[in-house]
Amino acid sequence: MRGCAGAALDSVDMESPAVEVVDLVKRYGPTTAVAGLSFSAARGAVTALLGPNGAGKTSTVETCEGFRRPDSGRVRVLGLDPVADAAALKPRVGVMPQSGGVPTGARAGEWLRLVAAFHARPVPPDLLLERLGLVSAAATPFRRLSGGQQQRLSLAAAVVGRPELVFLDEPTAGLDPQARRATWDLIAELRRSGVGVVLTTHHMDEAEHLADHVVIIDHGRVVAQGGVAELTDSRQELVFTCAAPLDTAALAAALPPGAAVERRGTGPAAEYAVAGDTPEGAGPEIVAAVSTWCAANGVRPEGLRVRRRGLEDVFLELTGRELRD
Amino acid sequence: MTEQATVTTDTAQSVFTPAPGAAPAHRMVLAQAGMELRIMLRNGEQLLLTMVIPLLLLVGFSATPVLDLGPGPRVDFLAPGVLALAVLSTAFTGQAIGTGFERRYGVLKRLGATPLPRVGLLAAKTLAVLAVQALQAVLICATAAALGWRPELSPAGVAYAVLLVLLATAAFSALALLMAGTLRAEATLAAANLVYVVLLGAGGVVFPVELLPEAAQSAVGALPITALAEGLRSVLAEGAPPALAPVAVLAVWAAAGAALAGRFFRWE
Repeated sequence: MRGCAGAALDSVDMESPAVEVVDLVKRYGPTTAVAGLSFSAARGAVTALLGPNGAGKTSTVETCEGFRRPDSGRVRVLGLDPVADAAALKPRVGVMPQSGGVPTGARAGEWLRLVAAFHARPVPPDLLLERLGLVSAAATPFRRLSGGQQQRLSLAAAVVGRPELVFLDEPTAGLDPQARRATWDLIAELRRSGVGVVLTTHHMDEAEHLADHVVIIDHGRVVAQGGVAELTDSRQELVFTCAAPLDTAALAAALPPGAAVERRGTGPAAEYAVAGDTPEGAGPEIVAAVSTWCAANGVRPEGLRVRRRGLEDVFLELTGRELRD
Repeated sequence: MTEQATVTTDTAQSVFTPAPGAAPAHRMVLAQAGMELRIMLRNGEQLLLTMVIPLLLLVGFSATPVLDLGPGPRVDFLAPGVLALAVLSTAFTGQAIGTGFERRYGVLKRLGATPLPRVGLLAAKTLAVLAVQALQAVLICATAAALGWRPELSPAGVAYAVLLVLLATAAFSALALLMAGTLRAEATLAAANLVYVVLLGAGGVVFPVELLPEAAQSAVGALPITALAEGLRSVLAEGAPPALAPVAVLAVWAAAGAALAGRFFRWE
């Protein structure tokens, strides 16, 4: 069965990337949602579109899904045009919308079996229900499912047809930690099985945990892209918190030349970050200097550790710290 | 528990290996039609319009002489009218409301991302509507027979009745999709129910058209519900081919409705 499917896949274009978006522009009346956005997603890899609310992630994904026509620019999915070649693409591409999409009166198991019936070689629906913790909800109408159950059902319906590529629009929005973990596990398994995944998220840890390639989007444009390791440079810093306010000038004076202390936040939640001007950032001599100074001054540091600059730091640096609606 | 989880993971590693492909068209359409049918039959408000109200009208007006329904048993006039109302309730009112909310909740859009083609979705909706109508016809005819209805059931008469019902179903479905595909879901809900009540009162369903003012009578004759009710009355009473007028009225509504729905329907 699988050998047969593999042979069928070999005959189609396997050279072009899973998704290729070049200079995409999408407007709604006077609002420009996507303003010349370009990225590409490799086959069999997880690509995360990361950005604040209103950045243009959903418009981009919906254009790739063929729901919206680009105002200008070029979009190719598996080498095909999402609108003109829609009939050829639909069996090959799975879609999870941000919300809804299921008749309110349809039961969870019934809906999944329906979507499975549209495909030639579906994943057994019962297996998916079990994997996503939906067995007890199988007979429940969609309108009575919790938000998390609705999300998981929608994810199941996106993958049940054994697609080559899935688009997941905020797959973990509103999930509790267990359901989020189950979703992450499923996405990792899709990747291991050779399914390409393009997902949108505004959770840094999600992108950091799952993605081979991260595309940071803001105001309808790509502001940075690359692997997680590329985006978060290799410089390290030493961070800790402290219950009592710290005399940062005194600490700085005790550090090796070139090193600096930065206070992030205020009050007891304030985090202190120490880094030198070496390529390494925070090496053993910084750790030793900070520890010695704390011991000498009776300061009790909490959560002291050396870490790489995270994706969140990169993200906030690129997209700014002001609140979005 | 742990053991079972391990086993599941091992099996699952192969189940997601890409093997895309659409199912055969007939399987997609039948699966979708089954879903549409089950949702219709589980919806209480819809059953009220499609089953309860038609049967109550049939029994109530047959049993009580509050109306002058012309010569002959009252049920002879009422049964074809109530059959016409049943077609209206399912093909128009129920379908408009159901499709309106499907559009609102993104169901049509989501289905648009599956291999089921749009024409397949329309075929599935039509099959489900026809199945509900068959059920309605059985219930209404059985009840009417119990009330003393003795129609002229020649094969030709039944075939003419089926032809009229199919034409009316096409007309009502097209108008339902036109409404559901252009108005907001709440507006569709209100308007579709209003149309049901107005046509029930004025469309020659349970009150003879002759009770209306003369000026209104010819206008009402151009309504699809009246054409269907009058057409059914004549073919079921006489087993004769329907007059040209009701057939033409239904065909024109079906063609105009389909053209407008095709032009203005919005999937999202």
